Amino acid sequence: MFFRTWQRLSSVVLGLVLAPAAMADWGLNMPQGITEVSQSIFELHMLIFWICVWIGVVVFGVMFYSIFKHRKSKGAVASKFHESLGLELLWTAVPTVILIAMAVPATTVLIQMYDTTNSDVDIKVTGHQWKWQYDYLGEDVGFFSNLTTTDDEIYNRTEKGENYLEEVDNHVVVPTGQKIRFLITSNDVIHAWWVPEIAVKKDAIPGYINESWALIPEGQEGIYRGKCAELCGVQHGFMPIVLEAVTADEYQVWLDDQRAGKVAEAAAAQGDFSYDELMVEGAAVYARSCAGCHGTEGQGMGSIFPALAGSSMALNDMAGHIDIVINGKPGTAMQSFSAQLTDVEIAAVITFERNAWGNDTGETVTPKMIIDAKK
Amino acid sequence: MTTATASHDDHGDHSHHGPAKGIMRWVLTTNHKDIGTMYLWFSFIMLLTGGVMALIVRAELFQPGMQLIRPEFYNQMTTMHGLIMVFGAIMPAFVGLANWMVPLMIGAPDMALPRMNNWSFWILPFAFGMLLFTLFTEAGAPNFGWTFYAPLSTTYAPSSVTYFIFGVHMMGISSIMGAINIIVTILNLRAPGMTMMKMPLFVWTWFITAYLLVAVMPVLAGVVTMMLMDIHFGTAFFDAAGGGDPVLFQHVFWFFGHPEVYIMILPAFGIVSQIIPTFARKPLFGYASMVYATSSIAFLSFIVWAHHMFTVGLPLQAELFFMYATMLIAIPTGVKVFNWVSTMFRGSMTFETPMLFALAFVVLFTIGGFSGLMLSIAPADFQYHDTYFVVAHFHYVLVPGALFGIIAGVYYWLPKWTGHYYNESLGKFHFWMSFIGVNVTFFPMHFIGLAGMPRRIPDYALQFADFNAIATVGAFIFGFSQLIFLYLLIKTIRGGEKATDQVWEGAEGLEWTIPSPAPYHTFAEAPHVK
Repeated sequence: MFFRTWQRLSSVVLGLVLAPAAMADWGLNMPQGITEVSQSIFELHMLIFWICVWIGVVVFGVMFYSIFKHRKSKGAVASKFHESLGLELLWTAVPTVILIAMAVPATTVLIQMYDTTNSDVDIKVTGHQWKWQYDYLGEDVGFFSNLTTTDDEIYNRTEKGENYLEEVDNHVVVPTGQKIRFLITSNDVIHAWWVPEIAVKKDAIPGYINESWALIPEGQEGIYRGKCAELCGVQHGFMPIVLEAVTADEYQVWLDDQRAGKVAEAAAAQGDFSYDELMVEGAAVYARSCAGCHGTEGQGMGSIFPALAGSSMALNDMAGHIDIVINGKPGTAMQSFSAQLTDVEIAAVITFERNAWGNDTGETVTPKMIIDAKK
Repeated sequence: MTTATASHDDHGDHSHHGPAKGIMRWVLTTNHKDIGTMYLWFSFIMLLTGGVMALIVRAELFQPGMQLIRPEFYNQMTTMHGLIMVFGAIMPAFVGLANWMVPLMIGAPDMALPRMNNWSFWILPFAFGMLLFTLFTEAGAPNFGWTFYAPLSTTYAPSSVTYFIFGVHMMGISSIMGAINIIVTILNLRAPGMTMMKMPLFVWTWFITAYLLVAVMPVLAGVVTMMLMDIHFGTAFFDAAGGGDPVLFQHVFWFFGHPEVYIMILPAFGIVSQIIPTFARKPLFGYASMVYATSSIAFLSFIVWAHHMFTVGLPLQAELFFMYATMLIAIPTGVKVFNWVSTMFRGSMTFETPMLFALAFVVLFTIGGFSGLMLSIAPADFQYHDTYFVVAHFHYVLVPGALFGIIAGVYYWLPKWTGHYYNESLGKFHFWMSFIGVNVTFFPMHFIGLAGMPRRIPDYALQFADFNAIATVGAFIFGFSQLIFLYLLIKTIRGGEKATDQVWEGAEGLEWTIPSPAPYHTFAEAPHVK
């Protein structure tokens, strides 16, 4: 480990010495992004940056000139001036003019950013501890999006993948060439939905619906990654966003696939599942949706997130167990999983929790029982 | 107990009245110098405590992946680091400097309210003791960030939040009492001839700071009380499900929070405005405009709070108002920087340690000011907000800003306090290590922020790894350099070259007319200022 550290440090020093071209890999600057708004923001950013640089050059230039020229060791004798109305007026007036010049383009861009009217696609984005939910309004399509980076990668037990902490199971798919309006809210604490490449960052606040928009030009199809930007609890660093921009035609096909998938899921829930099938499925669902709080071994976390291994609910109270997974527990981090997991997944994860880590109840919870409990 | 009242002065010769002996000297003291010393040592202990937490954070961030601690403890460390540095290190250090220097600078025998002074100090160890003990409780310490946004800090908070609220109340009481004491002292105890516009700038900046404290600490107390009601008494100020408003929390918090950041920088402006003229051997350029600029900054600090909230979905008009108001702050702040540079221009400069820290302050604080100007541009803030760019910005104004200001002040007045010159080579060594460490730590954070790394995350995507590694190396250099400072302080207190009364060749002001070390009682008879 020490050697790798040293290697990294050497590469760092080299990187600082090498030409700016090499620096591009280092991610020194804000991305220009792919939308008109993101590029306007980038230009504002560079404009104000260069203004600061030039003010800095002048001010620090005078300062270092004095430091080198007007030092006692060089025999400098202090003059006694300590006022100059003209100078003071000048250096109040000049910054004022610069600021006004800066405020004009900033205002224009801001007004543009706030114009959420005339959207073609409306997507409701809901923040949850610690995942995002997307609902395509009027399309009957909606899903949750969970981190897929494994605990083994995070805790250094395996090699980290290319998109470490920036990968999810369900991408939020959007069409290019259409104005997409995001309606952003939260189910629990405040989150912030941020995709740098489209310059959309908006807080997701319980009780509020914030609006933002993006128009991704045709030809910019691709995958764009973002993150939750507002501290939202333990797993704040582990709820990324993956935005997938596709052509309008591909988008329609994707919507149809989503709807067809839902019908198939509902049909599957009516089928029969063996204990073993449910245990395999349940282990996967648990790792994805439950382990973040209740621990990979069902051990819980501190006094806030109770252990499931050996818990009386998991051992004795099946009805209560089904109820808490479906409906959540108000006022706590335990959320309702009714919409984010399918009936099969809920049945599987409850079966798993009642039989894993020494909870050997031998009981099987079937998807049909979940459908009944939801009635 | 000794007090410095008029009747006491009638006894005549004071030199026999030393401090009481033993621990009770410190517990019962009402002497501004003793209390100042206690404030300074307390804040230094807090600086090291908060610093250890910062190093734990940086160590975890050295490489991607979770190596040393768990995410839940990481959040406790970032939260406690922020709270301890803001309320435990920076603010009490300034109060300590004010206690020591304000009476000496205006020719007062002591602070106006000496018993309250004792109380406002002695609240602090209990407040922070209570905050720190939550680390050892089962629920863990507060983990919702030093800005403690509801509902993460109410409905979803660990049970230790109640101790946190009580602790904040105690710190608030301490700060308000300290501020009242400073205002009353400055208004009532100035020596004859010491008019307001003759006061040293450190006194002026503290005077304005004290008004800010009195204005906004009650707002902080209000917001934590609303949290307490939400958590324990069934109200729903910040709970949307009960008809409350989570954004209200942010408005109230930042109405406190923005003046608070000026509370942490204005006294440093004052210190630097004392030091630069001394070592440039030239009067401060634009004294009056410095006073007006400081007042303007203080006024503006009340009308810019929502620039911390550009992404919460404010209406367009509000967004524009807060953007323009925030940009305005650049003007008075610029005036101050230009005045400092003009003070140096055609001076006769020497570069003792206090001057080095003051010069670093001017340059690095200005860099923090530049990134602040960038952040004020609301559209761009949608990209900057809650990233490491913000972390870089506020650490540049707080560490090489406020903290370097404090350290510069300590070096500047240390010979007056102890009667000994510190070891100049050791002081310069401390400066250069701190200067390098601070820049290696915080400069790369601009880059990783712009590249898209959010703040307050315990683990990050692979493209941020290199700059994070550099920042961690810098943090350890900076952190361990402060042990040089500790060693130097102890060494100087114990002995060293005898300091003259004036201490520095170019020093001017009442504090340099009294002996070094400053006697236990000074200005029992008011000096006359021409």
